[in-house]
Amino acid sequence: MVAVRYQTAFKLYPYEKVADQDAPTPKRHPVVIVGGGPIGMGLALDLGKKGVPCVVLDDHDGVGMGSRAICFAKRTLEICDRLGCADPMVDKGVVWNIGRVYRDEREVYNFNLLPEDGHKRPAFINLQQPYFEQFIVEEIRRQQAAGAPIEIRGQNCVTALEQKADHVVLDVDTPDGPYQLEADYLVACDGASSPTRAMMGLDFEGRVFEDNFLIADIKMKADFPTERRFWFDPPFNRGETALLHKQPDDVWRLDFQLGWDIDRAAELKPERISERVSAMIGADIEFELVWTSIYTFRCCTMEEYRHGRVFFAGDAAHQVSPFGARGANGGMQDIDNLGWKLAAVINDGAGDALLDSYHDERKYGAMENIKNSSRTADFLTPRNPAHTLFRDAVLDLVEHQDFARPLVNSGRLSEPCTFDVSTLNSEDALPNGPARNRPGSACSDAPLTDGYLLDQLGDRFTLLAINTDVPHDLTAPNAQIDVVEISMNDDPTGALAERYLGENTSAVYLIRPDQHVAARWVKFDADAVKNSVQRALGGIRA
Amino acid sequence: MTQLQTAPNLENADDFYAALLAAHEGLDEADMHALNARLILVLANHIGDQSVLEAAIGTAKVSCSRPQI
Repeated sequence: MVAVRYQTAFKLYPYEKVADQDAPTPKRHPVVIVGGGPIGMGLALDLGKKGVPCVVLDDHDGVGMGSRAICFAKRTLEICDRLGCADPMVDKGVVWNIGRVYRDEREVYNFNLLPEDGHKRPAFINLQQPYFEQFIVEEIRRQQAAGAPIEIRGQNCVTALEQKADHVVLDVDTPDGPYQLEADYLVACDGASSPTRAMMGLDFEGRVFEDNFLIADIKMKADFPTERRFWFDPPFNRGETALLHKQPDDVWRLDFQLGWDIDRAAELKPERISERVSAMIGADIEFELVWTSIYTFRCCTMEEYRHGRVFFAGDAAHQVSPFGARGANGGMQDIDNLGWKLAAVINDGAGDALLDSYHDERKYGAMENIKNSSRTADFLTPRNPAHTLFRDAVLDLVEHQDFARPLVNSGRLSEPCTFDVSTLNSEDALPNGPARNRPGSACSDAPLTDGYLLDQLGDRFTLLAINTDVPHDLTAPNAQIDVVEISMNDDPTGALAERYLGENTSAVYLIRPDQHVAARWVKFDADAVKNSVQRALGGIRA
Repeated sequence: MTQLQTAPNLENADDFYAALLAAHEGLDEADMHALNARLILVLANHIGDQSVLEAAIGTAKVSCSRPQI
């Protein structure tokens, strides 16, 4: 028996019986991923493309109901570009740049996310999570057809796991009864209430915020602009906040802060929700409720993201408030980080220490996300009289005083994490090099004469040589290194020089398979490159 | 003469705001007022310039988007 925990929007991987279920002894797999949400599927796609055999076990057979995550950040789209599935996301998604902040009925200020020019992908798209997941799974299907060793098993529910010295044994339930399988490495991507975490008896600690929010996704034909609109204390939701955001298919996300002491059942009645919606958008506008949900939130994290051969990624490892779109976007950065490390260890013989760096780097990223989203929550949900006092003072000032704008916090939108303290980084050897691409950063995109820089970087170690020569036959133990040479003639806007050279006339960047900078120099130096590759593979401890 | 800075000038607005709230954690209303008064005096001494301080007082008095009762 496999229990139904939630409704699915559509089936993507119906249950099929596989040979493992009748195997006399449990079959061993290099990587088993528990959970077929965006994070688990993203990891499967990354590993499969790198030739690492993996099995995804999901206790359902498709995508969960409801739009849930709707804002996908540029970095996520860049990761999906590397995985080969960003185009349909951007084609389907809604691009937005303008945000307006209101207090009562008046606009107190607006902002433009204004992504600087010269990036292939926009700062943000809005896209319902089921589409996001669907596009990843569709790319998995294409890769499977081309021979990628990815297997998805729907309605396969992990009921127990036991960690051995060099593998993990799993008990899995299916509609045809239970079976066992083994994994060299297990990655739990099974969400905020992670059954894997519970089975291992691991803690998930943090803060619960005493507030309820109502999400109403509605379908309507309205010529509202494609902008994010946020209200403090609007007439239609006195004393609380509200948010309006556009999604594809004429669907709009409405988010109402409700406060702590509410009658949940009463607030979820369709008549009550419709009344709230009409008060917000206007009584004369017709709409249809697509999905509604009341949520509370917490900011929590596990102590360790690696436990022997078991790794935790996405909401299973850490949970944030929705403000700032740091949940799914943070999770995609997790698997971007873990995928190449598992592949380096499994396929290329890199040392086990590289896998420890997954916890180091991504816990650092998660703490940054928790910090930012907790601060937003403190602004939106004042917990004590001082919070209210200063929040109101900021709002009093902001309409007339520019200086108060950076103090208004209705969400600090997800940005790629820079792993400043990572032991995989080499010391910065590019004098006064642009800070945005210092070791630890995710590479900035830049336009080339034909296409964009990030599309040149691929998903192996890359030596990026700008305005200088490097040997093309580079070899290093445990890694393959691609070489990308770009001359100044291939920098039509000057953005490449501005983002990668600074005052220097040339630069050589060592870029990790997740497109983070590992090291940089003015010129090629064989020993320095060799050392930095080894360090980036976890081989040199400071 | 120095002008009152009214463009954004905080190195990291979120870090400052978090530190400000943290300083108020657990205080009752009287202690909050007292803390804020001391804080204003400390900052005023740092600024020093009388015309800037008077401009700041004026800005704080008129910058209210709520109707004044």
